Amino acid sequence: MNQLASTPGSARQSLKMRLARWRRTPVFYPLIGFIVVFLAMGLINDNFLSGSNLANLVRQSSIIAIIAVGMSLAILTGGIDLSVGPVMALSGTLMAGMMVAGLPPSLAIVLGLLVGAAFGAFNGVFVAFAGMPPIIVTLATMGIARGLGLIYTGGYPISGLPEGFAFFGRGSVAGIETPILIMIAVYAVGYVLLSHTSTGRYLYAIGGNEEATRLSGIRVSRYKLLVYTLSGTTAAIAGLILTSRLMSGQPNAGVGFELDAIAAVVLGGAAITGGRGMILGTLVGAMLLGVLNNGLNLMGVSPYLQTVIKGLIILLAIYISRKRTL
Amino acid sequence: MTPLLSLRHISKSFPGVKALQDVSLDLHAGEVHALLGENGAGKSTLMKILCGIYRQDEGDIIIDGKRCEFHGYQDALDSGIGIIFQEFSLIPDLDAVDNIFLGREKRNRLGLRDRRGMVAEAQRLFERLKVSIPLDCPIVELSVADQQFIEIAKALSLDARILVLDEPTATLTPSEADHLFSIMRELRKQEVGMVFISHHMEEIFTICDHVTVMRDGEKVYDGDTASTTPDDLIEKMVGRRVDNLFPEYRCDADHADVVLDIESLRLDPGGPEYSLKLHRGEILGFAGLVGSGRTELAMGLIGATRPAHAKVTMEGKPIKLRHPATALEQGIGLLPESRKTQGLVLPFSCRDNISLNNLAQFQGALPFIKRRQESSTAADLMNSVRVKAPSPETPVDNLSGGNQQKVVIARWLGHQCKVLIFDEPTRGIDVGAKSEIYALMKELTAQGVSIIMISSELPEVLGLCDRVAVFYQGRIAAELEGEHLSSQSIMHHATGGLSA
Repeated sequence: MNQLASTPGSARQSLKMRLARWRRTPVFYPLIGFIVVFLAMGLINDNFLSGSNLANLVRQSSIIAIIAVGMSLAILTGGIDLSVGPVMALSGTLMAGMMVAGLPPSLAIVLGLLVGAAFGAFNGVFVAFAGMPPIIVTLATMGIARGLGLIYTGGYPISGLPEGFAFFGRGSVAGIETPILIMIAVYAVGYVLLSHTSTGRYLYAIGGNEEATRLSGIRVSRYKLLVYTLSGTTAAIAGLILTSRLMSGQPNAGVGFELDAIAAVVLGGAAITGGRGMILGTLVGAMLLGVLNNGLNLMGVSPYLQTVIKGLIILLAIYISRKRTL
Repeated sequence: MTPLLSLRHISKSFPGVKALQDVSLDLHAGEVHALLGENGAGKSTLMKILCGIYRQDEGDIIIDGKRCEFHGYQDALDSGIGIIFQEFSLIPDLDAVDNIFLGREKRNRLGLRDRRGMVAEAQRLFERLKVSIPLDCPIVELSVADQQFIEIAKALSLDARILVLDEPTATLTPSEADHLFSIMRELRKQEVGMVFISHHMEEIFTICDHVTVMRDGEKVYDGDTASTTPDDLIEKMVGRRVDNLFPEYRCDADHADVVLDIESLRLDPGGPEYSLKLHRGEILGFAGLVGSGRTELAMGLIGATRPAHAKVTMEGKPIKLRHPATALEQGIGLLPESRKTQGLVLPFSCRDNISLNNLAQFQGALPFIKRRQESSTAADLMNSVRVKAPSPETPVDNLSGGNQQKVVIARWLGHQCKVLIFDEPTRGIDVGAKSEIYALMKELTAQGVSIIMISSELPEVLGLCDRVAVFYQGRIAAELEGEHLSSQSIMHHATGGLSA
């Protein structure tokens, strides 16, 4: 009875089965939603589908998309990381400051990324070992990270960065812009981690039933620590791109980015309660937000109204996905 | 005499499954009617139709000779049907009174809550049931039994004359169950008709007047309890004779070597000291009342709660009890008490649940999971414990309780465990699956695995265990074996009697 029913059916039947399986994955409805919004924007705006606009759109979305990878891990385990925006700003300004102080860019970048990872680990210690709720821990450290960035810079942007550093935000390799390449690399790592390693499986298990996972002999705390460390790291990678793009370290950057990242994850079909979601879905969610931003801008919709429309679309998307999963 | 409730020729299909086929059942006022059947026999579907959650495809529900149309749970409540589900619908932080009157609070002339009136009414209800329950403490602080009695009081406050009790004794201790039965006898005098679902034969013969047995969606037997026997009923339920529920095989503990030696262990600094030996291939029972400290000791043994002091050796070597992961490395595994909240990752498939703590096996030099190997190993393990599921990819949530428990067992078979702790392994599981799990446990012991079984079911403890440690108020009151092992001796020590 344990065998899959692999009756020799017609090709159409197997296609039907594959479609049915595909429909059960968390990315199915987000992808449909993305395609609908994408096509609608294309019909409304003549310029939307142009190559340069689309490249622009993806590059603009890359920062939120990268942060959303770390956020996906946190949400998948039933947690959340509100500190990503300030951590991004803190890492970025530290990179800028170190370069201005004369450190070689490569060293400054590595140190900046390490600070992001360390700050994430700081979150993780409280969540994993002190058993505190992630929303409270990261709400507190959100303020701490923002404050540290402001103290370090005195509140002013740090400029005067070496020319070569612009590569990460403005450069390109083989015709593809660097931020997009970095984003693809981060997603590739995220995908392999979640779908092909035991660590990834444990993260799903922790979100699905933390107690059962622990009792079966998995060191849940270590994996939670890892999740927040990685979230801090992706925030720092986003900080690298932003700082390079602007060629200055901005201590006030990234206000509200945590909300956009959460929106991307949830729009991508992940359950906010954990245990369900896919990294591909998060990419779709981030791009959906990007399409909305870009398309509404092209249409000349006032920025005030844009936030209202975005909010309504998020509500609608989540309403539909909840009805589907219930 | 017209029956209080009459279900006539009920049929119900779900896509692909015929859940009920022409089932009829009569319930008279003042009758306790047992509804028996293995999991999946259709009991729950029938009861859900009775309380308006599902609608039957064919057949009628007749109450007091009148045909009823239920379009939802509320319609059933209005018709005088009360259901006590296995999972309670009470609000944990509210007290008994607030729970009983939730959503229909009494009001005084100013339109404010009339607490005094509700308290008086609640007291009347509890008097009617002849129970005393504290009225003003949050019900989380009460025992499971008290919570259940509050559920019953709530149903009665809604003028229920038909009461469905879905496995009410599954989470009760024997003395609490006796208390429930006295309440049921009280209600019987008050002409309430009760449908009683249980897997326990002795309970059915203690309390029930009439019994209906279902199998595969059909009614296979219907008669007075007095005119049948437990063996007959089991045969009808299972469709075959289950002669020896408990496999014949005893371990010769005297000659087997000690595997796990708990020289001394304290869970709390000032708490009682435990000292126990577990021999190779034996089943050691932990008997005692719920809350007597059995689960706590098990949790300490796998390091899920770190003991304050522990001197424990495994095959002569000292071991540390730091974390379930350390326990796993030492070859100790636990099947937790609650399958759904502690055992399974419910959104996962069978395969993912089984491989949860086995993933390291499926990795080579690189940290990637070899999917094919994972699937085939999971399928093999599922076969070896006889999980009935369409495929390893089936969501574990879709399986019956017995099959879910087998999935949890399968998880540990991937390891060379020396000691397995089974905490209430057959709770809420039907007879057929029970006997399979018993056979599995004996198979394991024959392979040299030692088992600690925590169980509140005396027949299971007596039928399966080579030795029994009886717990009373957090201490081991006695260790019994051989001729000293009987239900009397266990109950004697479990209830605090002085050593016999």
